[in-house]
Amino acid sequence: MIASLNARNSIAALVVAGLLLLPLYTSISGNVFVLTLFTRIVIFALAAASLNLIMGYGGMMSFGHAAYLGIGGYAVGILSSEGIGSGFIQWPVALLASALFALVIGALSLRTRGVYFIMITLAFAQMAYYVASGLAPYGGDDGLTIYKRSDFGGLINLSNRVQFYYLCLGCLFGGIYLIWRIVNSRFGMVVQGLRSNEQRMQAIGFPAKRYRLVCFVIAGTMCGLAGALLANNTDFVSPAVMYWTRSGDLMVMVILGGMGSLFGPVLGTIVYLLLEEALSQVTEYWALIMGPLLLLIVLFGRGGIMGLLGRLSRG
Amino acid sequence: MADPLLRVERLVRRFGGILATDNLSLDVISGELHAIIGPNGAGKTTLISQLTGQLLPNSGTIHFAGQDITRLPAWRRSALGLARSFQITSLLPDFTASDNVALAAQAHDGHSFRFWGSARGEQHLRQAAQSALARVGLADRADTLVSKLSHGEQRELELAVALATKPQMLLLDEPMAGLGTTESARMVKLLQELRREVTIVLVEHDMEAVFALADRITVLVYGRVIASDVPAAIRGNEEVRRAYLGDQHVVTRHG
Repeated sequence: MIASLNARNSIAALVVAGLLLLPLYTSISGNVFVLTLFTRIVIFALAAASLNLIMGYGGMMSFGHAAYLGIGGYAVGILSSEGIGSGFIQWPVALLASALFALVIGALSLRTRGVYFIMITLAFAQMAYYVASGLAPYGGDDGLTIYKRSDFGGLINLSNRVQFYYLCLGCLFGGIYLIWRIVNSRFGMVVQGLRSNEQRMQAIGFPAKRYRLVCFVIAGTMCGLAGALLANNTDFVSPAVMYWTRSGDLMVMVILGGMGSLFGPVLGTIVYLLLEEALSQVTEYWALIMGPLLLLIVLFGRGGIMGLLGRLSRG
Repeated sequence: MADPLLRVERLVRRFGGILATDNLSLDVISGELHAIIGPNGAGKTTLISQLTGQLLPNSGTIHFAGQDITRLPAWRRSALGLARSFQITSLLPDFTASDNVALAAQAHDGHSFRFWGSARGEQHLRQAAQSALARVGLADRADTLVSKLSHGEQRELELAVALATKPQMLLLDEPMAGLGTTESARMVKLLQELRREVTIVLVEHDMEAVFALADRITVLVYGRVIASDVPAAIRGNEEVRRAYLGDQHVVTRHG
């Protein structure tokens, strides 16, 4: 047990150090592409970590988590196109809109369980997708170009690659720290207890739905932040970011890294997006290789990469 | 006599065409150990589930401590002091024994919308858990995962979890189910101690245990009460004998 914890912790520490030092490497090597790629990875890791909170710890298999990427992104994009460029307005609106969406979706979908919950969250996300496609003043299907990144005055310059990377990294680490506190708090114990045995939790006096709903809203809000970051990263937001395959990608990142482990989603995202990048350079049929690869990991690596690490170090 | 702690009046619950609870009325007086017996399929667990709110009745009322709880959700009844153990062990398998009991204590210690401090670091919850575990003889198993506990230990843990909610009334659904002879004896001894502190409704197939423990016994057959009396009177009741020895299958201690 101790050994496995050490193996996992040292991998996690290694990844953290690597992520922190990455801009140093790019400035020495001049390889800007790596920094751009990892900015994207870090943003998706935040989204995956937020999904892990409800999926891994809360047992809520949401298949519509990408909706918040879009909502956070469109909040930034729409405000920007209306001439409101300040990040101090854009970002709180992005978070608030995501929280509200999660509150409504959660209140409706948490009445259901299992497959029905998966389907209803998927349906709501698809609805958001079609609404965005119909937003003719804001680009409709073609998406919305963001001509100026969120403006935070003299505080931070988002157009500076390194500054923006560290902002994303700060959000990721902050998010993971928050999840760590939540998971170990009273609230987190209740949410994990509900995953384990809802009937028992009700019988000892916990109203299940309101705890689940609050957890659902926290996760949605966190993913909305990732959406605001993503829109700034691509200078663009389009309905495609909410499409159900995107939600599926997020789920795969979480499962690949290890559901219900704090750092798993980060590893899962890194591996998933790096594989996608590498394979797509070899062949345009990269999904044909990626699919079986993922299958192998899921079949033989219960608990994802984190589970695998645990077993390896136990021998 | 004072008002009963639990009063069930003309309770009806149907499953399709089957009447699982048939116009059932029942009083449980504060301080007594009230056993409910009956052949398999008599509707005992159905009754318990309606008392604790996992199932809602089609008609009839349930009053607990003077309050109408017929339509209250399970978690509210728990807050009023009604605790249950499950016939088929129902715990949090991927948590430790101590966590299971501490969560029960936490449920009755204000709301749990606290997101920051470590729950496992709250000494008063841990101590509540430890003393409930000690009560049922599991003090040295506190840090063991529930899935690693033996069946007998899990039955005892069910009881500790119920106790940690500081209940006025314990509804125990076959606490002896699946226990060996020595484990059963331990459970009987434990119940004998607990009955001094809390009102207990006991559903049990183990007749030896029931007659040793109960102040009063209610006999259910096909969802109806056919007798409700002190053990000696139940033993001599002709209708009860017929129910157990007649066309209904004989219920033994391992039923």
